[in-house]
Amino acid sequence: MTGYLEEYFPLVVFFGLSLAFGLILMLAPLVTAVSNPDNEKNSAYECGFEPFESARLKFDIRFYLVAILFVIFDLEVAFLFPWAVGFQHIGSLGFWSMMLFLLILTIGFLYEWKKGALEWE
Amino acid sequence: MALYFFYFFASTAILSSFFVIFANNPVHSVLWLIVTFFSVAGFFILVGAEFLALLLMIVYVGALAVLFLFVVMMLNINFAGLRSGVAQYLPFGILIGLVIFIELILAFVPWDFKEQSFNNLSSPINLSETNTVALGKVVYTDYFLLFQCAGIILLIAMIGSIVLTLRSRPDVKRQNITEQIFRDPNSSIEVKDINPGEGI
Repeated sequence: MTGYLEEYFPLVVFFGLSLAFGLILMLAPLVTAVSNPDNEKNSAYECGFEPFESARLKFDIRFYLVAILFVIFDLEVAFLFPWAVGFQHIGSLGFWSMMLFLLILTIGFLYEWKKGALEWE
Repeated sequence: MALYFFYFFASTAILSSFFVIFANNPVHSVLWLIVTFFSVAGFFILVGAEFLALLLMIVYVGALAVLFLFVVMMLNINFAGLRSGVAQYLPFGILIGLVIFIELILAFVPWDFKEQSFNNLSSPINLSETNTVALGKVVYTDYFLLFQCAGIILLIAMIGSIVLTLRSRPDVKRQNITEQIFRDPNSSIEVKDINPGEGI
């Protein structure tokens, strides 16, 4: 069990370093940079006026459609990972079952292509 | 050492899920939800389910969080007005919380375990091969039918989302590239002989 977790040690180092680096970049200006704030400096500059209303407004449903299609193909890729890793053990049945799976999703892909869901006008 | 990591991930998960509930801005709630997903992925790695952890990263953090953000952006609710009705929803919320709490308690009441399951607890993972390989061995062959069902569900989701959300706008001019390429001078230019003083 410990041997398995030790393999993740580089990941811990990586996350720790990136966290430390980010914090340093964020905190260093507080210490080193010159800071003389006044009222005019802090106010919005020229065209950057104060917002009148919430930034949240209704936008085109197409963004959502693209996101959903992305999730679906994301899941397809998630199925491909164990298939590729365990490829030597599953024989021809495993190979062709994945091919059938991909065929089904390719039908969907062709459908959305022909339907124009990927086009942006 | 693994214990420290467990406590780190556990406290992060609990704290960030508290922030999900109590954040004033729903967009911040979604961002805290991503932190929760991250720490739960850490749990999965600690128990040896590395494939599940990475799947959580790819699917939930990468894709579903974007969907959640879109939903939050699209709802366009007056959240200050929503907050005033808290007392109204409180009994219902307490009911749901109670149900989940009872489910949690049920996990700790005495169960009848097989002898086998205690052996499973002592080493939950088979160390001779990785999780991903173990999954790959069974999903595509032993669970062939369920795997194909997953494919068909994805197809239905794809078609359903297109049918629900795609609207063709006839007023917008589209570019038809094939038509454009196959144009030739014979069909696009017409020579007219016009007599002086007359129009076409």
